[in-house]
Amino acid sequence: MNVRTKDKIATAVLYVISSAIVLLLVMFIGYIIIKGSESLNFRFLFGSSGVGGEGGGIGPQLFNSFYLLIISLLITVPLGVGAGIYLSQYAKEGWFLNLIRLSIETMASLPSIVVGLFGLLVFVIMLKMGYSMLAGALAITVLNLPAMTRVSETAITTAAKGVKEASLALGATEWQTIKKVILPSAIPQILTGIILAAGRIFGEAAALLYTAGMSTTKLNFKSINLLGKSSAFGLFRPSETLAVHIWKLNSEGMVADAVKIANGSAAVLVIMVLIFNLLARYLGRKLYYSYTGKK
Amino acid sequence: MERKQIARIKNEYLGKTYSIICGLLIVIITLSIIFFIASQGLSLFIKNHYPISKFLFSTIWKPDAGPEAGGPQYGVMIFITGSVLVSLGAVLISTPVAIALAIFMNFISPKLGTRVLQPAMELFVGIPSVVYGWVGVTLLIPLLKSMFGGIGFSLLAGIIVLSIMILPTITSISSDAIRAIPIEYVEASYGLGATRWQTISRVVVPAAKSGILTGVVLGLARAFGEALAVQMVIGNSINLPKSLLGTTSTLTSILTMDMANTVFKTEWNNALWSMALLLLLISFLFIVVIRIIGRRGEVK
Repeated sequence: MNVRTKDKIATAVLYVISSAIVLLLVMFIGYIIIKGSESLNFRFLFGSSGVGGEGGGIGPQLFNSFYLLIISLLITVPLGVGAGIYLSQYAKEGWFLNLIRLSIETMASLPSIVVGLFGLLVFVIMLKMGYSMLAGALAITVLNLPAMTRVSETAITTAAKGVKEASLALGATEWQTIKKVILPSAIPQILTGIILAAGRIFGEAAALLYTAGMSTTKLNFKSINLLGKSSAFGLFRPSETLAVHIWKLNSEGMVADAVKIANGSAAVLVIMVLIFNLLARYLGRKLYYSYTGKK
Repeated sequence: MERKQIARIKNEYLGKTYSIICGLLIVIITLSIIFFIASQGLSLFIKNHYPISKFLFSTIWKPDAGPEAGGPQYGVMIFITGSVLVSLGAVLISTPVAIALAIFMNFISPKLGTRVLQPAMELFVGIPSVVYGWVGVTLLIPLLKSMFGGIGFSLLAGIIVLSIMILPTITSISSDAIRAIPIEYVEASYGLGATRWQTISRVVVPAAKSGILTGVVLGLARAFGEALAVQMVIGNSINLPKSLLGTTSTLTSILTMDMANTVFKTEWNNALWSMALLLLLISFLFIVVIRIIGRRGEVK
């Protein structure tokens, strides 16, 4: 065969494969949203789940997902940014830096079910938290800390370029420089990382099965007691999230319309992931413009 | 002098100490994960005196059998085989497609690559694994059933679901590797009169080999550790798969299902922790392999 014909054929094949993958994604997301759209209504989104009867909603699970997201971000972000600052600004080449890098690599490659089991062992059983919001949030923190640290490190290194010496030369200490000069300009990039992490947290289930638990209490919004079991904001109550709910519906299917509920829940999850993704993209683009000055 | 000291503490040491503690914490968490999973995972062999070789190589998993039925047996070979087959199968399907996508992004149409393919890959990563599993159950399983008969739940279903899940991992790392090739290589090849496809297949892909391999290993690691999506479609039967259409179980699927059914610190429960430890060790193995590939890539 002529090399030119071969070249044309190869190009055509690559076009076909690429379009097929994009088509697959569009069909995949379309299928989930269309299938779930029939159950997407107010009662489904905010109503509480029935046991046995039909017409259950996902209100508690949806609330738990958001609440867990917030709690775990409150823990992950300060730690991840702190570690990012250390790696980017203070750390010197040597065995300790290597140890941290190896640890991050190890943590990042752990299967999420193993992280969940670690959470079960340490937070749920040994620290006696029981299946709870806090245990779930801590497990998620372990899962997301490596990514958060990497994002912060990159963002801070990028932001420090050029301005660090100027600030030090003006007499600021290193920490003052980081806090007042570098960090503010690194925030947009860190924020993008946080939003992407939020998408992951929202959809995580394997690490939560045995930490946040597979059941939820009735939500009582009258109390804001963080320690109470009956309060919606209680950190020590079992709190099944939406992603866990889908898994449970599939493996147990206690309610008559389990399929319908799972379809609706899957649609909600995918829509949330889409929103998080678009948000991160929008921020990323704004950031790009502000760095390059292009419009 | 003293006031200066206090200011110094406030302006420098406090922040520095905090950031060092955060760095240290990462090391502590990692070490405690290893320590706690290992201490629980080894108790089957230390406290219950169950032989390691039998645990690793036996295919008999009868955790609830009484002494008259041969005693409880905890051989996990079935699950190891299941995990290996399902993740190798996924990598086998995913890798060629991922390389094709990476080439497309960098050489055929970088514009479509950044505008369409890259966002698409980010979305594929973002879709939660339970959703992959759920679509597998409601769409893929009936499809397989009508095409091949049987029950639909199968090794093949697990492979297909996983191959979609690991596609973005392999694609993005291969794409990075291809982008990192010195432009001189490509220009030299064109200069010698090679066509685009000749350049891609004989210069670009060989030069990006070690990067692509890293992507493949990372994809393999992700497939190996994935729990819920696989558990939902693979059938979860305690036997070796008879064919691609047969059902089987993986290490992760058994862990997900049985952990809730067993009482903490019983022998059966300890066997599950040993499986968790095994998963942990396998993920270390993947890290080592990736480091070796990286080092070999550097030397060249």
